[in-house]
Amino acid sequence: MSAPCRPVPAAGLTSIGDEMTHGPYIIALGIAAFLALAGAGFAVDRPFAQHMWVLFFVLAGSAIVLMRRTSFASSRVPDLSAYPDPSAYMDGPIRAGSIATMFWGVVGLLVGVVVALQLAYPDLNIEPWFNFGRMRPLHTSAVVFAFGGNALIATSFYVVQRTSRARLWGGDLAWFVFWGYQLFIVMAATGYLLGITQSREYAEPEWYVDIWLTIVWVAYLAVFLGTILKRKEPHIYVANWFYLSFIVTIAMLHVVNNLAMPVSIVGSKSYSLFAGVQDALTQWWYGHNAVGFFLTAGFLGMMYYFVPKQANRPVYSYRLSIIHFWALIFLYIWAGPHHLHYTALPDWAQTLGMVFSIMLWMPSWGGMINGLMTLSGAWDKIRTDPIIRMMVAALAFYGMSTFEGPVMSIKAVNALSHYTDWTIGHVHSGALGWVGLISFAAIYHMVPKLWGRARLYSERMVIWHFWLATLGIVVYAAVMWVSGVMQGLMWREYDEQGFLVYSFAETVAAMHPYYLMRAAGGALYLTGALVMAFNIWMTILGHQREEDPVGGSATGRQPTLQPAE
Amino acid sequence: MALMDRHGVIERNATLLLVGSLLVVTVGGIVEIAPLFYLENTIEKVEGMRPYSPLELAGRDIYIREGCYVCHSQMIRPFRDEVERYGHYSLAAESMYDHPFQWGSKRSGPDLARVGDRYSNEWHVQHLIEPRSVVPESIMPSYAFLKDTKLDGGNITASFVANRRVGVPYSDEMVESAAADLKAQADPNADTSGLLERYPKAKTGDFDGNPQALTEMDALVAYLQMLGTLVDFSTYDETAGYR
Amino acid sequence: MDTYTAMREFADSWALLAMTLFFIGVVIFAFRPGGRKAADNAASIPLKDDSLDD
Repeated sequence: MSAPCRPVPAAGLTSIGDEMTHGPYIIALGIAAFLALAGAGFAVDRPFAQHMWVLFFVLAGSAIVLMRRTSFASSRVPDLSAYPDPSAYMDGPIRAGSIATMFWGVVGLLVGVVVALQLAYPDLNIEPWFNFGRMRPLHTSAVVFAFGGNALIATSFYVVQRTSRARLWGGDLAWFVFWGYQLFIVMAATGYLLGITQSREYAEPEWYVDIWLTIVWVAYLAVFLGTILKRKEPHIYVANWFYLSFIVTIAMLHVVNNLAMPVSIVGSKSYSLFAGVQDALTQWWYGHNAVGFFLTAGFLGMMYYFVPKQANRPVYSYRLSIIHFWALIFLYIWAGPHHLHYTALPDWAQTLGMVFSIMLWMPSWGGMINGLMTLSGAWDKIRTDPIIRMMVAALAFYGMSTFEGPVMSIKAVNALSHYTDWTIGHVHSGALGWVGLISFAAIYHMVPKLWGRARLYSERMVIWHFWLATLGIVVYAAVMWVSGVMQGLMWREYDEQGFLVYSFAETVAAMHPYYLMRAAGGALYLTGALVMAFNIWMTILGHQREEDPVGGSATGRQPTLQPAE
Repeated sequence: MALMDRHGVIERNATLLLVGSLLVVTVGGIVEIAPLFYLENTIEKVEGMRPYSPLELAGRDIYIREGCYVCHSQMIRPFRDEVERYGHYSLAAESMYDHPFQWGSKRSGPDLARVGDRYSNEWHVQHLIEPRSVVPESIMPSYAFLKDTKLDGGNITASFVANRRVGVPYSDEMVESAAADLKAQADPNADTSGLLERYPKAKTGDFDGNPQALTEMDALVAYLQMLGTLVDFSTYDETAGYR
Repeated sequence: MDTYTAMREFADSWALLAMTLFFIGVVIFAFRPGGRKAADNAASIPLKDDSLDD
């Protein structure tokens, strides 16, 4: 990056929004746009050409936006970076990340409801671009990487600065991480719809998008580690351990799992370096640790900062958190083979995966207890603070799904659950319950501080969000559990003569009512997220809804939920 | 106390924390995955496995592109109901040339590991165009556009080369004749003796009901029709294959 | 089969023992006498004033 890390001025905290330093960025974007155009021209397959056109328009558009910012002093586009930071930390990328988290969250959940309805009403498939096979990776990537990823990047930048007492290292590099990651999301999402996929679950983007993500990820690691290295606090707070191990492990998993041979450097297709059994285990070693490190370790980092902060109490046992950390990262990495029970994977690997998955129950619950017990002595906050309530629910769902997971990894249980909706229900109780709620709570906590607002626009709307989300998760998980177990049992049901009772098609037909209920559960959750988006937007605009304080009756108690800064 | 203070050092030294956690997370991968590459009993000895023909590979690429793996597994587990429903349980050897594997993780539709030879070409084409016209309960999307899309075979030689680079044993002869083989397999009037010598048991002839055009439907049906048909189970020794 | 058997025997004896000892070591370290104060200090990091004062 050309711009050095400058001392903290009054307002211009980053060079974006600062007219003098746009030049190099505009030139870089221009060159990249030209390369994209060349890629479209020389493409050896049509999807690649289309994808490069998408890239060209995105890059050229970004260059134009930057140029307009340079030319005109007053822009009507809200400038996230020009807003003066209430603290002396570099909060511009975090503000942008909070908005991106909210935006992608709504998009990902909306696509989720659409694909859920496609399973109930197949006529909703619009071939070729909006068929289920292309939409489902769009949904999973949008919620995991776009929503979850932005939440992780934004909160990790927030937490590492405040627990290290240091500004982000690397100056504009943090902005590169943010915009580079959004570009990755756009390229991944448009690629799926164009039919560009490696068919590796949660690692579908093709080789050139993978290379781009690797570059962004290394920059992310540099910013995060650089900030830790220049910290003023002697101790590295445990939340940063979790974030750091998440960043490093994801880097390792991403690189190894995406090793592939491209057909052409101007083509979208590649062939995996590994084949068959080895490929399957590599993919599920990646796949399960995408859950373990992206969706668990990273969000545990979030939990270890935001729960104590919101409750205004130190974590229940810091020493337990040390054990939690080492046990969790050591055990998780082994659990992948439980996705391959009774397949052609050698038996010893399956058993190893099962044993470690069951052991994983202990650190998971250790972490949950540590989070929940942070509130011991202050349980009334569950009633008076809707954000705390959301965090407690997140931890409860974390505990529930980390109990269900080890159960499902037992081979005898897996024989029934594998290939059915039970797995889908399990994933969603973790993703909607744990990842979703803890992220929402963190955003609710951060946004008023980031924009210098006294409080959220409305705390009663947080309660609405809480109940819509919780009800949605419960409906979703319960319905998928019933439909999964039912389908698993129908597949293996025999009559007295020893014949299979149901054809496969009959089991599909039996799923229809459950698919409808599942879509309803998802829609409830989406509605909650929309309520939140409105609440957050009004908070950012600086409005405050007139309402009675939460939890207090007419006692005239002040809603002193946000600790005064 | 010196040992006790060790962890205190880690807690204060970011680089050590980084290296330490990286070491801890590497162990599992090395111990689990690495042995699969050199333990000779990972993949059974079977007769009949061969790399994909050009048309089958093109069809497989379409299968991947459309995300079929999202709803269809290609991995039959050794249970009575699965074996009766789908056929002999899947062997590791049957996906030894699969870059990437297509075992799948969810059965919104049935397993396809041995769907080859189970239905006619006409059935597959009709099913892909309008799934509910042949299976009323089906929730599968329509893939009618495949029949109207000409197969882009321009990259087939490059695809073969890429596959060879990652270890698929394509001979020079196979690579050189890939473009011609691609066309010949779906052409009812072509001389397929060379093709069948290179790719035993390959299905030949028109697949999509339109002999004039080589479409993506031809390729996908050719791929579906060979799934699970290669291994000769009459010579397979089950006890020797147990791992 | 030989490599496999040997690895399996090693894994469920010495390797298991080593991992157990390592884990016990971590637990002992974490709950060592005198560790409480350091831990309490670390736990209070997020609760300190958020401002960055140079």
